[in-house]
Amino acid sequence: MKHVIIGNSIACAGCIEGIRRISKEDEIIVISDEPYHIYSRPLISYWLSGKIPTEKIYYRPLDYYEKNKIKTILGKKAIKVDFEVQRVILEDGQEIEYDKLLIATGGKPFIPPIKGYPKESVFTFIKFDDVKRIDKELKPNINTVVVGAGLSGLKAAEALIKRGCKVKVVELANKILGSILDEFSAKKVKDYLEEKGIEFYLENSVVEILGKNKVERIILQKGEELKVDILIIAIGVIPNVDIFKDTPLKLRRGILVNERMETNINNVYAAGDVVESLDLITGNQRVIPILPNAYTQGKIAGINMAGGEAMYDGSFPINSIGFFDIHIMTGGINNPQENTEILEKWDEDTKIYKKIYIDDNKITGFIFINSFDRTGIIVDLMRKKVNISEIKHKILSDNFGLLDFPREFRREKIFGGV
Amino acid sequence: MKNPTKKRIFPKEEYCLGCHLCEIYCISAHSKEKNLVKLFKMPNRPYPRILVEEKEGEYITFALQCRHCDEPYCITACISGALQMDQNKHLIICDEEKCVGCWSCILVCPYGAIRRNDNKKIASKCDLCIERGIPACVENCPNEALELREV
Ligand SMILES: Cc1cc2nc3c(=O)[nH]c(=O)nc-3n(C[C@H](O)[C@H](O)[C@H](O)COP(=O)(O)OP(=O)(O)OC[C@H]3O[C@@H](n4cnc5c(N)ncnc54)[C@H](O)[C@@H]3O)c2cc1C
Ligand code: SF4
Ligand code: SF4
Repeated sequence: MKHVIIGNSIACAGCIEGIRRISKEDEIIVISDEPYHIYSRPLISYWLSGKIPTEKIYYRPLDYYEKNKIKTILGKKAIKVDFEVQRVILEDGQEIEYDKLLIATGGKPFIPPIKGYPKESVFTFIKFDDVKRIDKELKPNINTVVVGAGLSGLKAAEALIKRGCKVKVVELANKILGSILDEFSAKKVKDYLEEKGIEFYLENSVVEILGKNKVERIILQKGEELKVDILIIAIGVIPNVDIFKDTPLKLRRGILVNERMETNINNVYAAGDVVESLDLITGNQRVIPILPNAYTQGKIAGINMAGGEAMYDGSFPINSIGFFDIHIMTGGINNPQENTEILEKWDEDTKIYKKIYIDDNKITGFIFINSFDRTGIIVDLMRKKVNISEIKHKILSDNFGLLDFPREFRREKIFGGV
Repeated sequence: MKNPTKKRIFPKEEYCLGCHLCEIYCISAHSKEKNLVKLFKMPNRPYPRILVEEKEGEYITFALQCRHCDEPYCITACISGALQMDQNKHLIICDEEKCVGCWSCILVCPYGAIRRNDNKKIASKCDLCIERGIPACVENCPNEALELREV
């Protein structure tokens, strides 16, 4: 059996490890337009800030391909898949046949139309190459602007502050981290980031990039003109489906798959940031571009590709993210309905904030600031849609744990299947 | 290989006194310093990889550590690749050199079994004392409230 994987990132690793559970011998070929050994995208900001050296950006050990008997074709883009004859066509004309194909092309940066784009020193923030290029131009005290106050935009801003730059962040919405935080916590986090030196321009956007070849200034929608040495556009990612437009492969925003991660085309699977999958909380199919999903979906696809049996039961957005010394954990929905019950607690001394959304006695979302320990228990209650009416009054307590559950529930959890 | 079969440690609530000795022996087992007093004065000492659950006004206490799941959520969420299964799939190990302290594993572990080593900003989780043979917590619990069982 010959497996071909397009994309050399997290979903790819899941797939390789899934295939190897079933078969040690099946042939595996990995194709990626990035020339690097498999690395972790979330670590690019750690690398840029200087927190980790290059050796640590790799997601798997350097002998990973060799140990797993993988053939790699790196630094070459796949430009087309001929589903009829089961072949992937590369930019240099090379054709690779497959028995089973995994599309794991992930996400690409979303860039809105901006007058004057592109220019030198204007970057995106999703690839190792992005931060390598940014790194070359970084000097203390230069003026940097990040567009987008989402997770990756703020990670970029944090790294730039740590490198001694002046940092301004421009965001269209009226709050930062709009997809995961409520008004209250967004304000708290923003105040904290301002103390660290980040300057925010909310409800604003970049309308024009000025400069000869290189960016020199930008003009904002509200009229401000800012001096810029480096501009980073980090608004978000969208599924990387360009090469599949106008093909028989079924797409909406992302590629559509079933529980086995199969697409509508025979022998073709897809996983990771490029697919739409079931949101367990809302019941909708949508792109949930987070690392645990990419790995799990890749693994499920791999097991099925190699002839095993595995089903993907869906997921929901979860995030664990820190900026300097503040930490945020969130999960599930962030737009309560009329009947949503809300539990909330803020402690001014410890700066701990906890908020939980409950619908029908089931947790549908949470926001925790500076509260970490044992949050996984909450996420598990969401995954399993457990009725929490009996423990509701304890769930925000400081040392919430398994002792708060009825004895039988606890015993089943600890002694039951894992 | 010292652990040829899959094992898990099970707590016995009825026997646990909540004395926290398991935590102390766990720290010592993962440190070169064996003198417990000196160990506690070390600024960068390891963190316990076991957690004693107790609550004011409750008589029940028990100690819990990683369940070494068959399909571990922590591995799927680890952004650095620090968390990995050992070759025989018996053990989930954290490579502390690789860990970047993002706490994604804490966000997904259904048991809350990973602790934060705030001294070093790394995840602190049970390795069943792979190098030692018998887990230090099991061996040193004065009341035999922890049991290592094959599963
Ligand atoms: C800065 C940043 C921080 C993040 N932090 C977190 C975090 O803390 N937690 C979290 O859960 N998630 C985080 N994410 C999201 C996470 O990185 C993604 O969910 C994950 O990388 C998705 O993996 P993937 O394998 O689906 O695709 P990707 O990682 O996007 O990889 C796709 C690969 O396919 C290659 N490719 C695409 N098209 C082709 C083609 N035609 N031919 C050849 N190769 C191709 C691409 O070059 C790329 O190498 C972060 C993302 C970014 C950018
Ligand atoms: S840390 Fe948690 S999720 Fe990971 S193997 Fe242990 S118990 Fe399972
Ligand atoms: S804290 Fe360490 S072990 Fe846990 S997910 Fe992050 S990098 Fe992995």
